[in-house]
Amino acid sequence: MRTLIDRLFALALPILAVAAALLIGAIMLLLMDADPIESYKALYNGAFGTVNARSETLVKATPLLLVGIGICIAFRGGVINIGGEGQMIAGAVMGTYVALEFKTMPFTGTQTIHQDLPQYLTIAVCLISGFLAGAFWGGIAGLLKAYFDVNEILSTIMLNQISVQLMGYLLNGVMLDPRQRERVNHIPRTARIPDYAQIPRITWLTDIPIRLHYGFIIALVLAVVIYIFLWRTTLGYRIRAVGKNQRAARYAGINVRRQMLFSMCLAGGFAGLAGTIQVLGLQYRLQTDGSAAGFTGNAGFNGIVAALFGGLHPVGTIPASVFFGGLLIGAQSLQRTAQVPASLIITLNGLVVVFVVSSQIFIRRRTQRRAKEQ
Amino acid sequence: MLTDILRASVAASAIRLATPYIFASLGETFGQRSGVLNLGVDGIMLMGAFAAYYAVYETGSLVLGVIAALVVGLLMGLIMAFISVTLQAEQGISGIGIYLFGLGLSELLFQKTVSTPTPINGFSRINLPILTDLPILGEILFNHNLLVYIAFALVPISAYVLNRTTFGLQIRAVGQNPQAADAMGVNVARVRYMTVTIGGAFSAMAGASLSIALLNIFQSNLTSGQGFIAVALVYFGAWRPVWVMAGALLFSTVNALQLQIKTIEGALGLDIPSEFAVMAPYVVTIIALIFASKRAEQPTALTKPFERGE
Repeated sequence: MRTLIDRLFALALPILAVAAALLIGAIMLLLMDADPIESYKALYNGAFGTVNARSETLVKATPLLLVGIGICIAFRGGVINIGGEGQMIAGAVMGTYVALEFKTMPFTGTQTIHQDLPQYLTIAVCLISGFLAGAFWGGIAGLLKAYFDVNEILSTIMLNQISVQLMGYLLNGVMLDPRQRERVNHIPRTARIPDYAQIPRITWLTDIPIRLHYGFIIALVLAVVIYIFLWRTTLGYRIRAVGKNQRAARYAGINVRRQMLFSMCLAGGFAGLAGTIQVLGLQYRLQTDGSAAGFTGNAGFNGIVAALFGGLHPVGTIPASVFFGGLLIGAQSLQRTAQVPASLIITLNGLVVVFVVSSQIFIRRRTQRRAKEQ
Repeated sequence: MLTDILRASVAASAIRLATPYIFASLGETFGQRSGVLNLGVDGIMLMGAFAAYYAVYETGSLVLGVIAALVVGLLMGLIMAFISVTLQAEQGISGIGIYLFGLGLSELLFQKTVSTPTPINGFSRINLPILTDLPILGEILFNHNLLVYIAFALVPISAYVLNRTTFGLQIRAVGQNPQAADAMGVNVARVRYMTVTIGGAFSAMAGASLSIALLNIFQSNLTSGQGFIAVALVYFGAWRPVWVMAGALLFSTVNALQLQIKTIEGALGLDIPSEFAVMAPYVVTIIALIFASKRAEQPTALTKPFERGE
């Protein structure tokens, strides 16, 4: 009974945090001469009101969920990954490159993949490449932390900036769309990836054409897989042991440094996968406006918000990312109908993070009191 | 002769570009020395930048601009202190919350008030008698706006406060061993509240130095992540004001070189893609962090909340 109450308590805190953030949002709306109830209604309808809105919300939730899964692994393993943006870009660059260029099988020569392999295997090759590139990019920060004592928060921030520039360099150079190359003022973007490398859209849900693609299903499955991995396997147990108590983990014979590197690689891999799926399932080409957000839409940061709201639990991150996907989509219609800038939602996201981490003290106080009673 | 002018203008712009980093990282040094990591510097910078810009936009008074930035910075610092000291929240993540909050709110307020980036009359360069007219040195050292001089003056002041005053001793004690400091009668929470609030004010001034002195404009995400670099510079400078300043200067020099990259390429007959020039400071910082982490000892209690009677 007591554990049930504790669990409900832990579950209620993030919800209360969001309620508090929305309340502050309502006050801000009032100050902007906007009707809070009407505004939130517009927000809700924009996010969940129509079939298309619901589809767009899930499309927006997909990268949040994937980045969020990675964040869960990293935080459970005691490393803080702020590098989602850069890892998404690393994954997207590699995934797009493979989708565009990997037309011949290695060693066998001339046959093209799309003739030899079924479409799902081609897509799988692209996704795995993107995952590995993200894992590599996250692994740099992991390596620096584990073996050179460089704070991972700082190195991932630097790596974010570096990856944006690398993407710009590649998109203006070797990866530039041949059609853009002829123009004087070219748009830095790749060619459209071929049909056989595109993740199909989900058509059986409704008759209306929607953009929702199988990337969302992949993310759902992976959330469950990672839950099992973290709580039901030895490898996952080691990661969590390092996150809970490094010294104890070391005495138990766990190689703490290697586990940290491994957690960062996994976290980066999932962000890389998020980036690849954005290209393969939605944009069909990689394009830059010179900033990270131009491609990622801040998903590398918002994924942290979703994971926190989901209690740093992969399965909990599913509803959390749908909720925040909805907020981001709803914000667009809020801007259209009520002339409230969409940046309101970024502000509220910040408040949610602050409230969620601040409210952890109540859980700690409860456990402390419990320990004293016994 | 041409290369002399080039060198002088690179050095001068490096000093100017270092200003926001120096303000922000000095403030962050105070917080971290007392054991609090504030990762929300960039958000506070953005709020300070907007407050200063808006005050100057409405009134034309630079003094009011600085006051507005300071008030906003103190408030944001106080909020961060409440979260990290009183509520003992995980500092790495709550800082990201503060960052997102400042990023969103500064843009929201800008959209609702000025909405189009309009240039303002900010701090102008001060002409000093004789000194400014010195060849080369005059341009490098004595042809800047007031905030540049204030930032550099704060370096020895901060070093003095940290190393030679009772308050500085309390800050260091609280950051090294809060239990012992508490036993000696130092109010750990109060010291940390003060350092984080000071840090907030400094960060806001960093933002103001961009919006009303260096760029004289505000736009969405004006700082583009400079606050995060400022946090890195504190580690880079091993929590010592003078070394933090050296790091800021190194970073801004690479920045200034990158702005002049076309001229330099012309002089040397090279062709460096602009992306690599932009990337350079970040690569340099990572490499510097590798060496910094080897030689420096960070405050033992950094990121660890303190609770009495543990």
